Amino acid sequence: MPKRLLRGARVVDPAGGRDGMFDVLIDDGRIARVGHNLEAEADVAVVEMPDGLVICPGLIDMHVHLREPGQEHKETVATGTAAAVAGGFTAVACMPNTSPVNDNAEVTGYILKKAADANLARVYPIGAASRGQRGEHLADIAELRQAGCVAISDDGRPVATALLMRRALEYAGMFGMPVIEHCEEQTLKGDGVAHEGFHASTLGLRGIPGEAESIMALRDIALAGLAGGAVHIAHMSARQTLDAVRYGKERGLRVTCEVTPHHAVLTDEMLGAPIPYDTNVKMNPPLREAADRDAMLQGLGDGTIDAIATDHAPHHYDEKHVEFDHAPFGITGLETAVSLCFDRLVHRGVVSLPRLVQLLAVNPARILGVPGGSLAEGAPADITILAPDLPVTVSAAAMRSKSRNTPFLGWKLRGGVAATLVAGRAVYVNGDGPLRLSL
Amino acid sequence: MKKDLLGIADLSDDEIYRVLDTAEAMREIGERPIKKVPTLRGKTIVNLFYEPSTRTRTSFEIAEKRLSADTLNIAVASSSVLKGETLADTAMTLEAMAPDMIVVRHASSGACHLMARICRSRIINAGDGMHEHPTQALLDAFTIRQHKQRVDGLKIAIVGDLLHSRVLRSNVLLLTRLGADVWVSGPPTLIPPGIERIGVRASTAVDEVVAGADVIMMLRIQQERMQGAYFPSLREYFNVFGMTVERVKRAKPDVIIMHPGPMNRGVEIASEVADGPYSVILEQVANGVAVRMAVLYLLAGGVEEGAHAEAAA
Amino acid sequence: MDADRIGRSLARIAHEILERNRGVEELALVGIRTRGVPLARRLAASIRDITHHDVPTGALDITLYRDDLMRHAVGTQPVVRSTDIPFSIDDRRILLVDDVLYTGRTVRAALDALIEFGRPRAIQLVVLVDRGHRELPIKADYVGKNLPTSMSQSVQVHLTEIDGRDEVEIE
Repeated sequence: MPKRLLRGARVVDPAGGRDGMFDVLIDDGRIARVGHNLEAEADVAVVEMPDGLVICPGLIDMHVHLREPGQEHKETVATGTAAAVAGGFTAVACMPNTSPVNDNAEVTGYILKKAADANLARVYPIGAASRGQRGEHLADIAELRQAGCVAISDDGRPVATALLMRRALEYAGMFGMPVIEHCEEQTLKGDGVAHEGFHASTLGLRGIPGEAESIMALRDIALAGLAGGAVHIAHMSARQTLDAVRYGKERGLRVTCEVTPHHAVLTDEMLGAPIPYDTNVKMNPPLREAADRDAMLQGLGDGTIDAIATDHAPHHYDEKHVEFDHAPFGITGLETAVSLCFDRLVHRGVVSLPRLVQLLAVNPARILGVPGGSLAEGAPADITILAPDLPVTVSAAAMRSKSRNTPFLGWKLRGGVAATLVAGRAVYVNGDGPLRLSL
Repeated sequence: MKKDLLGIADLSDDEIYRVLDTAEAMREIGERPIKKVPTLRGKTIVNLFYEPSTRTRTSFEIAEKRLSADTLNIAVASSSVLKGETLADTAMTLEAMAPDMIVVRHASSGACHLMARICRSRIINAGDGMHEHPTQALLDAFTIRQHKQRVDGLKIAIVGDLLHSRVLRSNVLLLTRLGADVWVSGPPTLIPPGIERIGVRASTAVDEVVAGADVIMMLRIQQERMQGAYFPSLREYFNVFGMTVERVKRAKPDVIIMHPGPMNRGVEIASEVADGPYSVILEQVANGVAVRMAVLYLLAGGVEEGAHAEAAA
Repeated sequence: MDADRIGRSLARIAHEILERNRGVEELALVGIRTRGVPLARRLAASIRDITHHDVPTGALDITLYRDDLMRHAVGTQPVVRSTDIPFSIDDRRILLVDDVLYTGRTVRAALDALIEFGRPRAIQLVVLVDRGHRELPIKADYVGKNLPTSMSQSVQVHLTEIDGRDEVEIE
């Protein structure tokens, strides 16, 4: 592995207390030094960083669906991790709702092996909270932990009962693992397909009220208090849920939460325009009203929200090319996240760049208890090189994911990824960007 | 006109009046000894009905035949849909046979939009899920105009299962566009969120809504679309929200009672009201043919520039 | 043609109609929309003055029978107006009335339409102006005036009932 000196870029490393122009020396897959005017020895490849780029700790997407094993027509670990590094992510945490469900060491090991074969982004599997995600018995959590899982979740559904959620929090808490919860009261959700509101009403789509999410969040936050465990609220979408998180945090309960880029950018207006009944606008939780989207922006800015995670949910074209009612929920997100975050958050002053790095790297690492999120000397050289002013047009042709189910095709955004390094290797270099790096 | 009629929003004010005026002329054809004109001769129209329907399907078929078009009926039970063919594939298969128009009724809102994106054929929405039923609203407006000579300024009360009703949505859009004062009523569990934003007044107090109304439109309780607990029982529904002879007395003395059918007698409407002197329910049916002839005729004309672009893409 | 000429032509045509048709009871007038209709009514009035008999008069819209309807790729459909023939045409001598006879296609459409209403004994054609350039073998039985024109010209008939004045303009 080559020694590399990245010279003369802005380094944003909130965990290390750095935000300024620094040189970064990489050796043997680790961060050797971060400092000023570093000398390059003979065997070091010096990269003079073009103007305007930013070096930060490798981004971590703590909520993706890699679809393998069982749904390889939508995505595989190989294509998913390729999409991840193209999106600037050096690591992803993948959900267990595969086929078979990741509720045992075999499936966990299978996923990890596929990740090692692909040798792109690191993969941290999230194990099932209940066996088969059926909500009846706890999954073998210790076994999952042993096999490499970093958290548990029944994502796709909430943990079925308050009792089971309590047990999961207590038990997983033994290993310092959070329970990542898909908050959704199932009877209120019913057969809803869109946010309950004016747009769903006019389009004749069954609605899911925001309270379906917040009621379950309140349950889970209360249980976190009772059980002393840590609950992480996945893909938050409703302003009422944000209120619940504030309530929990104020009382010192161990609750964290994440928001997807699309819930901070889009609203349910997209249901009717530009493409009426566009199934690439159908996801769960649904896009909500402007007041909810604005609440998410507020929460990102004031620190209530801990992380941004994409909930990357690839689906095959044929599966989405059906009536809105019948289409599966979900959109991809790995390859649009960074540009959306720059264009709609950083450049609009909602969050600063160091805060964005916290949301996309520092906090996900902390919540999952995995290495990363900082450029400390000795840490693995997982680095994302960002191009905050790079003009980007979201294009299907350029995507590495197997699936293209995203409403952002054709969007022109400002900000993107110049390169992604995992353990010092340049696993992705943006051909449209200003940086040239050898592998 | 746009390539398709997917909803009232696809019609300009001008086109709405054109449909109503043309329907006037089409009605006369139904009174001739030979109820046929050669206008759509050589045109092929497919009636693709994923939901059962006597009224609407027959109405369209008669309208198509009166215009001398070649009609084809596809009812789901006998088609390849049961073999698991997707709507998109059905659309592409039909498109390959190039019918001039496809009249579609489907259980999912937005199904016609999907077909319109795939097919070059003109798509006419005969009812998509809970979304719209534009020809029903047009024939309702036509019927109102016949009796009241106008629509604007009338107080129109619509009562029933508002939430699941595509007839409601189309009528609300059309009648407010024509300047009527529209009031809607039903159990609070069945009032669509945000409906007042479209420009109607919503209230659970049926008597208030019906007071002084020029037109009362009853909507069917959609048992086939209901899954959760909207009201305790049909009996209770009738007692609180049913249109009875006494309730009708609160409206204007020359009120007309309408219903898109089929009726649940004794649930949303008392038999005496359905069969009573104020009821124009059967006229609505007759007018349906004329209005649909007008829609077919107007849609068969040339297409706006660029309207084919999406279909071709 | 000015208002005076139009009046005299119509009066002359009324007399010709009565001359050529033995029984006035068998007659019926059907005007082709739009301007054939007031012309038909004026003829009915003239005939009433002469014979004290009311000839049944109807209005026929031929839009739905036109042979050029579906041939344009772009553009809206022509407006359809109502047809109103409140009497049986069986066994009657129908006088089809139009303002201008040109290619003959309008009359062809009118004949198709009329046949659907019944079986008249005969159909005769009355026009105010015959401007030539027939494309079908159609001939008028009664002509107000023959006006030879070129294809590039257009003939506009104005009638008081619709346009506020009586005049035939050539442009």
